[in-house]
Amino acid sequence: MTTPLRQRSRRGERLGALLVAAAILFSPPLLLVVDRMASATGIEGVLYLFGAWAGVIGLAAWLMESRRARGRDR
Amino acid sequence: MRHEAFILAAAFGYLALLFVVAAWGDRRAEAGRSAIGSPTVYALSIAVYCTAWTFYGSVGRASSQGPHFLLIYLGPTLAMLAAPFVIRKMVRIAARQRITSIADFISARYGKSAGLGAVVALMALITSTPYIALQLKAITVSHAVLVNYPAPADAALDQPSFWIDKSFWVALVLAVFIILFGTRHLDASERHEGMVAAIAVESLVKLVAFLAVGIFVVFVMFNGPGDLFGQVASTPALSQVLGLEQVPGGATGWVGVLILAVLAFLTLPRQFQVLVVENVDETHIDRASWVFPLYLLLINLFVVPIALAGLLLGGDGADPDSFVLTLPLAAGAEALPLLVFIGGLSAATGMMIVETIALSTMVSNQLVMPLLLRFQRLHLSGTGRLAAWLLGIRRVAIVVILLLGYVYHALIGDAYSLVTIGLVSFVGAAQFAPALLVGLYWRGATRAGALWGLGAGFCLWGYTLLLPGFAQSGWLDAALIHQGPLGVGWLKPYALFGLEGWDIYTHALLWSLLANLGLFVGVSLFTRPTALEQTQAALFTEALHPNLPSASLWQGQTTRGELGGLLRRYLGDAAIERVFVDAGDGGDGGDGDSRAASPRLITRAEQALAGSLGNASARVLINSVVRGEALDLASILSILDTTSQTLEYNRRLEQKSAELERASEALRQANDRLRELDRLKDEFIATVSHELRTPLTSIRAFAEILHGDDGLDADRRRHFLDVIVHESQRLSRLIEEILDLARLESGRLTLNPEHLDLAVLAQRSVDAVAQLHRQRGIALAAELGDGPATVTGDADRLEQVIINLLDNAGKFADRHAPEVLIRLERHRNRYRLSVEDNGPGISPEERERVFDKFHQLQHNDDKRGRPRGSGLGLAISRGIVAHLGGRLWADAGPRLGGARLTLELPLAADEPAEAAMNSGH
Repeated sequence: MTTPLRQRSRRGERLGALLVAAAILFSPPLLLVVDRMASATGIEGVLYLFGAWAGVIGLAAWLMESRRARGRDR
Repeated sequence: MRHEAFILAAAFGYLALLFVVAAWGDRRAEAGRSAIGSPTVYALSIAVYCTAWTFYGSVGRASSQGPHFLLIYLGPTLAMLAAPFVIRKMVRIAARQRITSIADFISARYGKSAGLGAVVALMALITSTPYIALQLKAITVSHAVLVNYPAPADAALDQPSFWIDKSFWVALVLAVFIILFGTRHLDASERHEGMVAAIAVESLVKLVAFLAVGIFVVFVMFNGPGDLFGQVASTPALSQVLGLEQVPGGATGWVGVLILAVLAFLTLPRQFQVLVVENVDETHIDRASWVFPLYLLLINLFVVPIALAGLLLGGDGADPDSFVLTLPLAAGAEALPLLVFIGGLSAATGMMIVETIALSTMVSNQLVMPLLLRFQRLHLSGTGRLAAWLLGIRRVAIVVILLLGYVYHALIGDAYSLVTIGLVSFVGAAQFAPALLVGLYWRGATRAGALWGLGAGFCLWGYTLLLPGFAQSGWLDAALIHQGPLGVGWLKPYALFGLEGWDIYTHALLWSLLANLGLFVGVSLFTRPTALEQTQAALFTEALHPNLPSASLWQGQTTRGELGGLLRRYLGDAAIERVFVDAGDGGDGGDGDSRAASPRLITRAEQALAGSLGNASARVLINSVVRGEALDLASILSILDTTSQTLEYNRRLEQKSAELERASEALRQANDRLRELDRLKDEFIATVSHELRTPLTSIRAFAEILHGDDGLDADRRRHFLDVIVHESQRLSRLIEEILDLARLESGRLTLNPEHLDLAVLAQRSVDAVAQLHRQRGIALAAELGDGPATVTGDADRLEQVIINLLDNAGKFADRHAPEVLIRLERHRNRYRLSVEDNGPGISPEERERVFDKFHQLQHNDDKRGRPRGSGLGLAISRGIVAHLGGRLWADAGPRLGGARLTLELPLAADEPAEAAMNSGH
């Protein structure tokens, strides 16, 4: 009874952490750092955004799908 | 391929296909086999977020403002990561309360307030109109570009009157289309499964179209991304085109628009419709929370390359919003531009369909219905009249909404680029966020607070974005923007209170949300909510509580007949049957049924009405027949509290009873053990008394003879004294043994373990009994090996054991030619000393019992005069051997055929080498 509850809240915590991490990745302080290093066209900034975005989606997929699998097990 | 008629045919063919999909989806839903019961379809339907604004406008924006366009998609990514918390809660509430739209949701949260619902519906209508106009504009412009290329599209768009303006006809055709599949019937839960299926297909079409043009531009027009970016890097005019300097408002503007996108994604009427109202299964949210962001990523993948390519190829004259079309056209592609046009059409129509359906539901349920009910115009006889009324109202609303969009487009649409119109709508929709999201978690939020907040936020939105928009399109004096109203500088709409240098959306968002949230919280803190508001607040904020009652239960009273009559009047016979059966109350008993309606039935009836009319109107109708009140806040809270307390008590009780069970089990075992010990003790005492009495009796008898009869001769006297001495010895031996046994069993037997040679010990024992055996004629053979057999043990005690074994063997050996054999041998790392006789042996079932206390084998030939044992010898021997870490057991003798008793002791621990050497002999 207590274990699944704890697992669920644990997954919630991970998702919350991912949300915060995504918000930070998409926001100016990090973005400005990347932009400062970028070349004349600024393409690196766009690449960084897409990379971070894809990473966040990948992590979310992993979290969600492993949660689903475990949900079936129960 | 760009012939006018061909394009029209393709567009209509596409719409017809959508219609077929929608009809199929509806039929499946009616048959109970939902076509949209998949998380992926749910995620694709959410992609209605990507409108023509995404399809054409993103490229336009990327070419002028760098990565700014991405914010509109990064925001929803963040919102979807929070979806398992926030949207799940909204979905659960919407399912329980039969919510039909965002206006219905907010109205239900604040005490099913009709006024609040109407305000939200009106605001949604006003903020959405520009957005619909944007879609119309996108369709007409893309059509014009496609037909007129390479001539500029503008010439074709300047139509003197509306009946030859294509946008007007697009709006009308779409109105008919939406009426056909959006309001075909009135579903109790206001779900449109067919529509959702069609939207999912549209999302796929626009994604494929955009990816196709992206791949064409990057890999056909250029040699891959390297080539494209290389050319861009060597073009000085394009330096820093993607840098953050291009973002309006800088870092503040970036964060502002990011927040704006998060909020708008949750509050846009069409997003609420697909995210919450059309959700068929809460668990779909999990999958959608990453599939939808993935969709957004894919559809944006080629935005930057297309924008760069458009800028490179000298699209000076062309509108960047049309690069998606003009690039393939310029490259001479034939089929691709048509696919792009269909993709854009798809994006635009998808948005218009969902938005219009959501808005028309709000208009009918939150604006028109409450008015009609108030004026008693709907209290008509006849069954199911409401459905016809509602459908009529919604159809009119659909036409009106689309025409409003057309009017907006025709009058001021040209002054804005696509993105600008979209963001204006976003800021408007974001005004719902405080009432919607804060109300989801803060029970103290009140209706008055929500009204004030919404009103203030909406006014500031109008002042800081809508009015200047009118001014820019020439409706108002442009001096409003530059000098402020009546020349008051600090009231300039784009720089309110002198806040300059911000981009207009962040600026508007800041002021409007500040006023909105401030008033919402402030007024809430100083107003007292009504009982129903408190109840609804508790039901909303505690929506995920596992013990929450599914809806507020009615305590009021009415008859089943009255309730049935109300339902029949508004929903028709089919619905009334469903409600009565759902409530488990049996069938409808007709209007004359005077039995009291159960609280559950009243609740179900209200839900059914809410699903069609909205919460506020359903409330009014139920109130017209039910006397009494809905369950108040105190009752709900006490249900929540008592259930959680009860759960806690139950848990503790369970723990306690488990502990108790364990304790009583241990007690029971201890008790059993004690009883067993008690029984053994009784048995032991009985046996011991018996054993002690036998010698005592004979001692006493002989002593009495000696005492009473003085005339005994010396021989007889001597014989009697011998018997007395002998029996006394036996008695003291017996007592000695009993004491040994008692010491063994209580663990107080003191042994003096030392290294000793078992062979020597055995020899000594053999010598000790040899005389006795010889007297009895027993042939005693010993095979004790050569070397020392070192074990750890107490020499005296071990000798006692061996003598006991030899003595026993002598007693049980064959009576005519008794033989006893004692052998010592090594068995792995143990020594075994066995004593064998040639007697009858011990039967297998007796072999363990000979070690019981006072156990004596049946002596058939007891009269041979052999000394009887006490029956304790073997028990004591086994106890001693066990104390020394060895074993003692009985089996059949292999050599002499009688019984064999074997004593086994481990080698002395610290002399393995010596022992190993011995074993080598």
